[in-house]
Amino acid sequence: MTEKIIGVMRIAGFNVFVPVIRLIQGENRDEQLKLLWRTIGIQGVTLGVFLGLWALIAPQIKTNLGQVPGPAQVWEQIQSLSLEYRMETKNRKAFAVTEKARVEQKRAENPGLEVKMRRYSGRPTFLDQIFTSLVTVFTGFLLASLVAIPLGVLCGLNRTLMSALNPLIQVFKPVSPVAWLPIVTMVVSAVYTVPQPWLEKAFIISAITVSLCAIWPSLINTALGVASIDKDYINVARVLKLKFSTKIFKIVLPAALPYIFTGLRISLGVGWMVLIAAELLSQNPGLGKFVWDEFQNGSSQSLARIMVAIFTIGLIGFILDRIMVTLHKWVSFGHGTAGA
Amino acid sequence: MAFLELKNVSKGFGEGAKRVSVLKDIDLCVEEGEFVVILGFSGTGKTTLISLIAGLLAADQGEILLKGKPIVEPGPDRGVIFQNYALLPWLTVYGNVALAVNYLFRDWPEEKRRQHIEKYIEMVHLTPATLKRPAELSGGMRQRVSVARTLAMNPEILLMDEPLSALDALTRGTLQGEIEKIWEENRKTVVLITNDIDEAILLADRIIPLKPEAEGASLGPAFDVRLPRPRDKDNFNHDAEYRRLRTEITRYFLELQSLRRVEQTAETIVLPELKPVSLAG
Repeated sequence: MTEKIIGVMRIAGFNVFVPVIRLIQGENRDEQLKLLWRTIGIQGVTLGVFLGLWALIAPQIKTNLGQVPGPAQVWEQIQSLSLEYRMETKNRKAFAVTEKARVEQKRAENPGLEVKMRRYSGRPTFLDQIFTSLVTVFTGFLLASLVAIPLGVLCGLNRTLMSALNPLIQVFKPVSPVAWLPIVTMVVSAVYTVPQPWLEKAFIISAITVSLCAIWPSLINTALGVASIDKDYINVARVLKLKFSTKIFKIVLPAALPYIFTGLRISLGVGWMVLIAAELLSQNPGLGKFVWDEFQNGSSQSLARIMVAIFTIGLIGFILDRIMVTLHKWVSFGHGTAGA
Repeated sequence: MAFLELKNVSKGFGEGAKRVSVLKDIDLCVEEGEFVVILGFSGTGKTTLISLIAGLLAADQGEILLKGKPIVEPGPDRGVIFQNYALLPWLTVYGNVALAVNYLFRDWPEEKRRQHIEKYIEMVHLTPATLKRPAELSGGMRQRVSVARTLAMNPEILLMDEPLSALDALTRGTLQGEIEKIWEENRKTVVLITNDIDEAILLADRIIPLKPEAEGASLGPAFDVRLPRPRDKDNFNHDAEYRRLRTEITRYFLELQSLRRVEQTAETIVLPELKPVSLAG
């Protein structure tokens, strides 16, 4: 049982907690304590030193918006943001109740009339912005993957196609999202002329910008993975005379899966970075916009709030990466390289 | 008409000055149900030969006929057992055999396919390991899975490329016995490639040496093995016919090797005409 939990933790990348479990189980205490010190202990010390230096240096720097905030001010803002969120949720609920009552009353007065529910017009909270950013990044990432994986597989199988596409890939790969943004904005505005309430234009622009930058790592890794499949596996497919689709789904994709997931992991990381920049520049809703708004706002708390956003962005990026690492380890099982 | 026929087959790799001829003018006839072993040193084009018969490579010259029809591409009628097993690591033992069976016999009812798969896993004694992945198996077990997968394809001819060369001596011995037994039961035509003389004598109806030469390897004179089956390796040392064969084949290869050595050393090196100059003079 213990070994099973530890196995799951290792796949999930929580190696740090393995000694804790062993300690609880009462296995060789000194050894585990030493291990624990080498992981959690050292990490705690690093964090402490970082916070100390930050608290020491930050107040020395004066800006137009006051001192650079130290850890204490940032902690304050975390609390203030969570308070705002609770207030806002309360307001929203209250608005929903009164609005519902209003609509029902109107309908009762005039049954033939179609009465619209008004939307709550309050400012999006920090949590709303996080949610928007996550939805956008996953949409862009999904869009990129849907193009990158099939195209990568074809490129990996076919040298001619690979060399045909290679110049395009090499030129577009290093382009920064900032450069894409104006073009994407103009094109989306030109094409998407009748905006639907459930699909905002800003959302499309951000998602497409993300996918334009996130497509390359997945594409290149998939192509590389497919091109470097063990020749024996391909020979098996040839001897069995597998038809194209069977060959792809039974041999090529499973064999290239570890490579593909490495690509997807890099893509998601790139996508997350790109998204924040795109939101910040184009004022599209999300965490990037939150940073920009606070910067424009210019109150004494603004810098501390931006710091909160930075930590949030970093933490979410870290979590996304861990998810991809876990998936990667999971698909690599049975390949003889990891685990098994 | 022979079951499998190679006529004047040549194959080389590379281009221009770097071109290396691997096989030259290979002529071979294999009868239906025959067990032919090709015996050769390593690096003499054995794998190339099997790949040509399998259709994984195309010959530069000559033609290869299976039942009178030329071989142009690989197909399930020629079951290949690869040197390094070529098992798919993400599939279980069952999954690896099922991949072939479910595809080739897709018009069979599911139950029949399942029984077919299980029958061949049973044949190679792997039923207890049915749900294990290749990484969890020993080398010998992996090769057995490969044998089961290939036999389950129901091929007309079995092509084995040094199937036991990566195994330890004990496992090798066991598997040799199993291959002979399976062949006795199925009587499939087999072409097996090896560098082990004892393995060749144990399994073959006919042993054909692969003779390495500078301009590509060709086939030497065949040795017919008329030892009664099933052959018992333990009694070989007391068997006059076995000893005669073994000596004859060994002598053939030793002669080949000494010929090669003579050829290699025949080249005389011309020394520059220089005379030492004495500094003291």
